[in-house]
Amino acid sequence: MNGSNAFAGRTFKEILRDPLNLAFGLGFPLVLLLLMTAIQANIPVSLFELDLLAPGMAIFGLSFVALFSATLISKDRTTSFLMRLFASPLSASGYIAGYTLPLIPLSLMQTLICYACAAALGMQMTVNVLLAILTTLPSALLFIGIGLLCGSVLNDKQVGGICGALLTNLSAWLSGTWFDLSLVGGAFQKIAYLLPFAHAVDAGRAAVAGEYAAIMPHLWWVIGYAVVTFAVAVVVFRRKMHRDNV
Amino acid sequence: MGYAIQAVGLTKKYGAKTAVHALNLTVEEGELFALLGVNGAGKTTTIKMLSGLSAPTSGDARLLGDSITKDLQRVKAHNGVSPQETAVARNLSVKENLELMARIYGFGREESRRMATKMIERLSLGEVAGDRSKTLSGGMQRRLSIAMALISKPKILFLDEPTLGLDVLARRELWALVRSLKKNTTILLTTHYLEEVEALADRVGVMNKGVLVAVGTVRELTEKAHANTFEDAFVALATEKEAIA
Repeated sequence: MNGSNAFAGRTFKEILRDPLNLAFGLGFPLVLLLLMTAIQANIPVSLFELDLLAPGMAIFGLSFVALFSATLISKDRTTSFLMRLFASPLSASGYIAGYTLPLIPLSLMQTLICYACAAALGMQMTVNVLLAILTTLPSALLFIGIGLLCGSVLNDKQVGGICGALLTNLSAWLSGTWFDLSLVGGAFQKIAYLLPFAHAVDAGRAAVAGEYAAIMPHLWWVIGYAVVTFAVAVVVFRRKMHRDNV
Repeated sequence: MGYAIQAVGLTKKYGAKTAVHALNLTVEEGELFALLGVNGAGKTTTIKMLSGLSAPTSGDARLLGDSITKDLQRVKAHNGVSPQETAVARNLSVKENLELMARIYGFGREESRRMATKMIERLSLGEVAGDRSKTLSGGMQRRLSIAMALISKPKILFLDEPTLGLDVLARRELWALVRSLKKNTTILLTTHYLEEVEALADRVGVMNKGVLVAVGTVRELTEKAHANTFEDAFVALATEKEAIA
């Protein structure tokens, strides 16, 4: 436990001390939030209302957690740091806990900052916002799982491509954060709702709007994806950690 | 004095390729044993098996009595490994890296701090103790990497090419450190620098294509190979097909 705690502390510090992580994980979603709100203030139609935008931006911000996590694990693998650790008595579950647990408070922190920014821009803070923050937890687990999975199998350049470009774009365009998915409709909308991102955003929006009954049907999708992704990630990480794969 | 390492028939195969073939080796407690061989001879694979990073295909080895196939966690607890590449946490300071390793090996927070402070003093890392490791020079990173292998007070230390890329002064400093460890720690060292072996090793093993072809002191191996210098002896042993010892 002591070793696992120490390793978790290291994960937390490594991520927070990387200025690129802060710039992309916090700065980028906040800049977009400011930008979209400024656009909304200057157009006659309701396109980027804060009650709709903030839950989407919170999920978009979380997609960077996968990038942070995958980059760290991948670099540890390619620089022999993980090999050094594998020679130590720390168990596989100790590593998994050390890589993933610190990302939960980090994700929560990111979401809180996102909503705090939305509040500063004029979003009304009610108890429903707290509920919306809670609905992001399964999404946080999903992105942490994706990070663990990608970090276990990809090198850091591939992580940049898959998590940095593909995943962030998927979670941006197929989540309905920027536009109403029904405006596009058809296969695009169907695909979007087969993936978890739009459901994650809709769960947050339902919470903010106080439509409590609409939360869980969306959240089950996210929970399902999170459980499966995390389980696969743990299996793959353990396999990678097997003695002959170091 | 007992044996720190006893390998019997230790073999590693990757598909049809045999990386290490039926290695029989004993290293006494407190001994510094150097493993030599050209690239691909099987040195790193041997270290990986002995340190628990790679499972042997057949055979076994006992480290201070614990089997690498049956008591792996116990083996890992008394081993220290310094990998060939510098392996440090880049965004952690020198002191934090050392504390991290001590805690991963089960030492408490306060004890880890004290151990890190001592190790910093011992390895002359004081000037950079608070610096993030990614800002250190290559030599300093290497020194930190070795300090991280030492912080858990290992009884057996594996040093895989520890002076690779170091300048002459840094190499000499590291030699002095390794010498100071010899009394209390069994060391298995791989290197390509023959002068390092002559300066440090109690005994030497030469590997050739996965086979340990010769074991002895520098003088014994030079005599066995009928060579004038240790370098000539190494070339002869490392390229011969038949075992000499």
